[in-house]
Amino acid sequence: MAGLERDPGALGQTITGRMKQITGILFIFLVFFLNAFVYAEDQRFPFKDPEQAEQFRKLTKELRCLVCQNQSLADSDAPLAHDLRKKVFLMMKEGKTSDEIIQELVARYGEFVLYRPRLSKQTWLLWFAPVIVFIIGVFVITYLVRRRSGTSDIGERELETAHKLLEEEE
Amino acid sequence: MKRVIFALPLFLFLALVVLFMVGLEHDPRLIPSPFIGKPAPPLSLPRLIKDDQMLSRDDLIGEVMLVNFWATWCPTCKGEHAVLMEIADTNEVAIYGIDYKDDQIAATAWLERLGNPYRAVGFDKEGNAAIDWGVYGTPETFVLDKDGIIRYKHVGAISWQDWKETLEPLVKQLQEE
Repeated sequence: MAGLERDPGALGQTITGRMKQITGILFIFLVFFLNAFVYAEDQRFPFKDPEQAEQFRKLTKELRCLVCQNQSLADSDAPLAHDLRKKVFLMMKEGKTSDEIIQELVARYGEFVLYRPRLSKQTWLLWFAPVIVFIIGVFVITYLVRRRSGTSDIGERELETAHKLLEEEE
Repeated sequence: MKRVIFALPLFLFLALVVLFMVGLEHDPRLIPSPFIGKPAPPLSLPRLIKDDQMLSRDDLIGEVMLVNFWATWCPTCKGEHAVLMEIADTNEVAIYGIDYKDDQIAATAWLERLGNPYRAVGFDKEGNAAIDWGVYGTPETFVLDKDGIIRYKHVGAISWQDWKETLEPLVKQLQEE
């Protein structure tokens, strides 16, 4: 960079300036171009009203893509996700409710297809682990705090007199 | 008491190590099929080779068989194909194929070139049959009993070892049922 400062070289500067401009324009193009892709996908599914579009959006967010397992159907670009989105749309078109559609997919792929696992014998630990860990934490902290305050040498009787004194003062 | 508390992190660490080792053995891509023990889902596909005929669920009832989902664009399937040929050579079990989202000409050519282990192949151009069967990637293979009930599903390529250790004993057991 120091070299540039000493000898600005009009040509060099305009080139970097141009480059920046071009990258900027390219970036803007890219943003619009990618948007168009998202839009194109929406256009493939002619929803009859905004509610149906919303239902579709919600459903595909709740369902897991089985190929790229940490993405929902809505997020995934895997071919199977495309097919399953189409399937979901067709089922909606047949007039099936969201619950029925979810049920049909669970019947084929198992509960794994649900992003939010149902509460069952296999999943209760998953659901309640945070609560359990929290309760254990409360016990541990209470234990530690008690032990620490236990080291002070105020006896129970002294504590009582202290309380009484405080009350009298009030 | 103090000693126990001092050792606690170590125990927790060891417990985590055990948990992670179990986790390593567990392949997240193997999703258990909800179809085990249930009748095979409906099927109605044109055949790959004699495409004026259909392949339907009724064709899959009456004997123990493997139903293999494959495609020519799937490299793993190519490796598996050689094993399927060997299994077909043993004449122990019928193998049916479902050609998944494929090109009909390419698929026919593949079977002519590499050999055809299948008794019949359904041509699932749109992948709808695969969705009905809960298939999420090729190759996947179902084991059907004589009544057309799905008894087992193998995800990924079948190796000769898989055949010898898991599938062949299962097929024999189902044939005796």
